[in-house]
Amino acid sequence: MTYVVKPKFHHPELPKNKLGFTHRDYEGAVSTLCAGCGHDSITASIVEACFELAIEPHRVAKVSGIGCSSKTPTYFLGNSHGFNSVHGRMPSVLTGANLANRDLIYLGVSGDGDSASIGFGQFAHCMRRGVNMVYIVENNGVYGLTKGQFSATADRGSKSKRGITNTDNAIDMVGIALQSGASFVARSFSGDKKQLTPLIKAAIEHRGAAFIDVISPCVAFNNHAGSTKSFDYVREHNEAVNFLDFITARAPIHVDYAPGTVEMVEQHDGTVLALRKLNAEYDVHDLEAAMSFLHHHAAKGQIVTGLLYVENESEDLHCHLNTVEGPLNTLSEKELCPGSAALEKINAALR
Amino acid sequence: MPLESINDFVVRFANVNGSGSASANELFARAVLRMGVPVAPRNIFPSNIQGLPTWYEVRISEAGHLGARGGTDLMVAMNPQTWDKDVASIEPGGYLLYDSTKPLPKSRFRSDINVIGIPLTAITNSTYTDPRQRQLFKNIIYLGALSALLDLDPKVIEQLIGEQYKGKERLLSSNVHALHLGRDYTLNAIKCPIGLRVRKSDQVGDRIFIEGNSAAALGAVYGGATVCAWYPITPSSSLADAFTAHCKRLRHDPESKKAKYAIVQGEDELASIGIVIGAAWNGARAFTATSGPGISLMQEFIGLSYFAEIPAVIMDVQRAGPSTGMPTRTQQCDIISAAYASHGDTKHVLLFPEDPAEAFDMAAQAFDLADRLQTTIFLMLDLDIGMNHRLCRPLKWDDAKQYDRGKIMTAEMLESGTDFGRYLDVDGDGITYRTYPGTHPTKGSFFTRGTSRDRYARYTEDGPAYADNMQRLLRKFETAKDLVPRPLQANAGKPTKYGVIYFGSTSPAMDEAILLLEAKGHSLDRLRLRAFPFHSSVASFIADHDFVFVVEQNRDAQLRSLIVNECSIDPVRLVPILHYDGTPITARFIARAIGDHLDALKITPLRKAVS
Repeated sequence: MTYVVKPKFHHPELPKNKLGFTHRDYEGAVSTLCAGCGHDSITASIVEACFELAIEPHRVAKVSGIGCSSKTPTYFLGNSHGFNSVHGRMPSVLTGANLANRDLIYLGVSGDGDSASIGFGQFAHCMRRGVNMVYIVENNGVYGLTKGQFSATADRGSKSKRGITNTDNAIDMVGIALQSGASFVARSFSGDKKQLTPLIKAAIEHRGAAFIDVISPCVAFNNHAGSTKSFDYVREHNEAVNFLDFITARAPIHVDYAPGTVEMVEQHDGTVLALRKLNAEYDVHDLEAAMSFLHHHAAKGQIVTGLLYVENESEDLHCHLNTVEGPLNTLSEKELCPGSAALEKINAALR
Repeated sequence: MPLESINDFVVRFANVNGSGSASANELFARAVLRMGVPVAPRNIFPSNIQGLPTWYEVRISEAGHLGARGGTDLMVAMNPQTWDKDVASIEPGGYLLYDSTKPLPKSRFRSDINVIGIPLTAITNSTYTDPRQRQLFKNIIYLGALSALLDLDPKVIEQLIGEQYKGKERLLSSNVHALHLGRDYTLNAIKCPIGLRVRKSDQVGDRIFIEGNSAAALGAVYGGATVCAWYPITPSSSLADAFTAHCKRLRHDPESKKAKYAIVQGEDELASIGIVIGAAWNGARAFTATSGPGISLMQEFIGLSYFAEIPAVIMDVQRAGPSTGMPTRTQQCDIISAAYASHGDTKHVLLFPEDPAEAFDMAAQAFDLADRLQTTIFLMLDLDIGMNHRLCRPLKWDDAKQYDRGKIMTAEMLESGTDFGRYLDVDGDGITYRTYPGTHPTKGSFFTRGTSRDRYARYTEDGPAYADNMQRLLRKFETAKDLVPRPLQANAGKPTKYGVIYFGSTSPAMDEAILLLEAKGHSLDRLRLRAFPFHSSVASFIADHDFVFVVEQNRDAQLRSLIVNECSIDPVRLVPILHYDGTPITARFIARAIGDHLDALKITPLRKAVS
């Protein structure tokens, strides 16, 4: 980690997005994670995705739990409000925040300890509810801050740095998200920014619960031989089913792909995902097939990545609750308080 | 001698849970009320849906005593399981109404009570064939019998039935028919009325009859709550249910029909409080309703709310603990666990409503306090207030009132260059400015965390910065003392060295106990606490008296401990009066306990007597 304060000035010719912001406007404080940490690459992808989408930084709310991954919201979107809540409870805090103001973009960042162990319940339940959010798990299979204990996503048979073999079965976050009703589910690898950035962009544009499991090797405690979450292992066993080109509604669609290799997926707001198929048989709309495909490949030790499932006509919690169009946190007495005349009627009915 | 009393007696219904008795019994209480006589009903029910014993006690008191009295003057014994206990609990000279369809041996009765047998099952079965109808109408038939025995105006009951089944003519007429079946039989077979009678009066006035949970939920609607997250737990579930019902009626946009609220049933209490804290962080007024076990589960989040300074409202409908305890019995036993909830140095604001009317006021006020103080506010209800209908003053709302959203820094303030430090105390009251997420593109964002930080919300483990923040939180708690509802003092007619402190649902029993004590020649000054932290008048009240009794409904004298601790009072000066068997505290209990102490104090010490 470094103690250097990031300088505010930058190169005058840094590229700007259509709001006139540069990359630097989407950055946060300097990371205090270990040099080479996969999480920092994810941070870079988040910055890139928000820059490319030209999101106003203050319209994003970053929410996290506790752990290395949960520290990362400090390192991106410095002009956004952030909330580093309690261990494993980011989903509930994010759900509440989303209920209060549906107009912001909610970015939940969590880790495998935070979401698969202590917060496993909250993880599944916020997927069930279809909270409109991007939920990123920075998955390294290990507890970093407490120095290398196995987490619940560590594969059975994998070895810890201290040489202990994990005998517990692993929780597949993607499998749980699919089963719990998440309407956008993807898996990626922190070492593959080209794959990850468009997935984050698509997840931001998606309405409903969007989940991305990002395998993010821990260079300090889980990057050795015998680990199934090391850079080398993930690179060797990565089985990407597709590659995403993200196209906003505003941009003209150039279809210059070879026929049969690309599928256009339209999102609720008109954005289009151009899905380059790497595996011709994989159908991102078939939930059952996706689950079976994942099982099949997991059994072979392969890590399936890409956009794994997306629902075209997705809904979110606000749709289910039939809430008013505007944010609840802007409603005033006039809109919320029924007043004394209504109370008199209530009194009369209680006599 | 048969008991003789007009408008001052206790009727207790012993029923089987799930037999449909609740609505008939409530009808009885409402009928007395409509005759202008105050009633205080209490549901004594098991943690069960069907089959276990349940009781409904109606205290009829023209004098307006609404606390539980203790003892039963008329027992409506409809449950064979509890027969012996029920018969034994009747006051000497009291009355027993029972179903005489099957003859019972003499040994099952008492000779010092008046036994009234009415063949309820026989009457029911000769009229109805459907088993569910038989069960339901038997309840209405005994209501008819009671109307004859107690001289209750049947027209009043008919009117109530009419209101209940408005638009459902068949149900209406069949209920009225059942009522008269019981009434006519009783008038013919028994000498009516008995010694206990209800006579028309005018002592109810404009008061309303409402459950505390419903009133608190309505207070949340009026107080501007837009987010409610909760997990089912007795005795608080009916609060969230009531909030849902009130919102359906009062909180939909008239044109779009869309909801101006969001209610989420969480997967547990942790999620519920997490949702509340997330919503309040983002500027919505949010609350949860729970009970003791829920408070235990929420501890970590409550500490986050204290330290990160996020508003939250927790409505705690207390039940008997510890652990699962007695889920359907009342206590005031979460005082310490709420006041000092969570690890580390924490203190929280508690509000103690005495009845539904105050529950309404304080529920609404809790949201102002939460926003102003940026911390968790507990509304400390209990099962006795929450789940029973209570006669109370009408609910009031001042339309000129505006919500106090506390210190919110706006985009305009930021734009004009106001220095924003999330934990910077600019006014000296310990309360700092916050911004809502999304306020301004480049100014006013900050990182909320449960870890230590400096005045500008930057992470730090620097000792002086940590201590500075902890001291400011204490200053904020000092500020709270003048913002929360003040204690209410009522002095005895003549000067006295003795005082009594009480709070919450003990109130009606305490008021009545004072009369009983005065009748015995004891005078006491009273102080009803309505909030924690304690206002300075609490310490001065104690200083003004030699001994102060602290009456509460828990084993460990939790409020007394809190007073001793927070006001640095010598514990010897505070005499605990404790009731904790799960039943509501009674005037008789308080008067006897305090009376015994006062009598003991009056005895001249032995040494003095012999010297």
